[in-house]
Amino acid sequence: MNAVSIKGVSKRFKAGVTALQGIDLDVEPGEFVSLIGPSGCGKSTLLRIIGDLTKPTAGTVEVNGKPAERARRDHEYGIVFQDAVLYDWRTVAKNISLPLELLHWSRSKRNARIRDMLELVELSGFENHHPWQLSGGMQQRVSIARALSFSPSLLLMDEPFGALDEMTRERLNAELLGIWQETGSTVVFVTHSIPEAVFLSTRVVVMSARPGRVAGLIEVDLPQPRTSATREEPHFFELVTQVREQLAAAGAPLGETQEPALVEDQA
Amino acid sequence: MSTIVQPAPRSVGRRVGRTALDWIPALAVFVLGIAAWQGLVAAFHVQEFLLPKPTSIAHAFWDQKSALWSQGIYTFKEALGGYVLGCGLGILVALLFAAWRTLSSAFMPYAVAANAIPIIAFAPIMNNWFGLLNPFSKMAIAAVLCFFPVMINTLRGLTSVHPSSIELMRSYAADRVSLFRRVRIPNALPQMFTGLKIATVLSMIGAIVGEYFGGPTEALGVKILNDSSYGNFTDAWAGIVMASLLGIVFYAVVALAERLTTSWHPSSRAFHTE
Repeated sequence: MNAVSIKGVSKRFKAGVTALQGIDLDVEPGEFVSLIGPSGCGKSTLLRIIGDLTKPTAGTVEVNGKPAERARRDHEYGIVFQDAVLYDWRTVAKNISLPLELLHWSRSKRNARIRDMLELVELSGFENHHPWQLSGGMQQRVSIARALSFSPSLLLMDEPFGALDEMTRERLNAELLGIWQETGSTVVFVTHSIPEAVFLSTRVVVMSARPGRVAGLIEVDLPQPRTSATREEPHFFELVTQVREQLAAAGAPLGETQEPALVEDQA
Repeated sequence: MSTIVQPAPRSVGRRVGRTALDWIPALAVFVLGIAAWQGLVAAFHVQEFLLPKPTSIAHAFWDQKSALWSQGIYTFKEALGGYVLGCGLGILVALLFAAWRTLSSAFMPYAVAANAIPIIAFAPIMNNWFGLLNPFSKMAIAAVLCFFPVMINTLRGLTSVHPSSIELMRSYAADRVSLFRRVRIPNALPQMFTGLKIATVLSMIGAIVGEYFGGPTEALGVKILNDSSYGNFTDAWAGIVMASLLGIVFYAVVALAERLTTSWHPSSRAFHTE
């Protein structure tokens, strides 16, 4: 059974923009798949469709063999947005505990899990801080801890490190890989950074813009575990070049297009 | 990674010291203002009935302090009753409007239009409805004055939630009650308190103005009105001072409650990180 199974998915927005057209994609359990493409290729929209945060105009999505809506209701996935989306009125520990509260976990079970999660994202000792007392990178680690707190098998990440500086981003990339290997979860990761996609993924999905389509699939056969040394290997650069060429071939004028207005087609 | 700036532990003494220091400019303005008032009234021989000297007002205040206190408390109770009623209703309506858009679009235009009516003009009618001597006639005016600012501010807080906050809750399949309890209501607290603070002063105004149109002699507004009509303007000023003091204390108590419940909000963060 696939972790994610996307069949013939299209999405048209109210403004008449076709964000996605005829997307077919299967993600196997334990894979780390990145969606990469220029702005406006609908990669974030595709991620939201997987999470049932928006409905496709056509096609079907299954997560762990269930229709997307059912999967969402069964808490099959955790999501991380570009903004950490932490609640200022909650401490770090309480933010991580939010999904656990909604799942009616007991207090002692919650506290034990919060401790484990803080350890996982290396934030032990910060449980009583408020989000605004943390740096952007730390906030995003809290957000990851929250997404993983209830052990979903699938982690959806929408440009989670896009707003961070390069050094923080590379460090969090390495940490994320460690977490991925430790938890064994499946990850679908949206990015517009080519090196990030290559470094993290087992497979990169290259998308074209207007309308968003799958333009190519690249297997990333870099050995695990990956470290900062991985970024200096010749094969890493070969793969980066390969992704870049596929993006160019897909007619991606990088940085030229705009995201369509996210007004949904009510039809 | 672990180089986050921790709020440095500070001694209580230093904290109080800092707070006292913060008050010095305001205190200086107060003292200078009173001194200037006193000096100008004396220098230009302003008649007592036009503007009494601060010392005369203080004198009158001291002489009548127990009467002023009981009159003040009488009026404050009316204000408080109206405050609780108006604010409670304002918060309730805001919750209903936030929960049901249709309700909001059906009633909001009328709420806005009603707010444009000079409510104070209804004071004599309220007195007629509920009885001159019935404190509820003053509570009703105070309540109507408090309702709108609390309702509109709370509603804005409830509805101005970042879309991704709502998407996050949706990803957890959270129901509407959870969304309100865990996101919309905490998000609304700072704006709700803005309304609640405005309403403290409005409730005092409502009660006193209501009393101007008639009320029992144990009420502060009636006392101010009577003193003025008999030409005892210094005594009237003493009554105004009492009303102001009560209004200020009322405001301060609500502001303190705000600090205690929304210490996470940027406007209160100095408490944590200064």
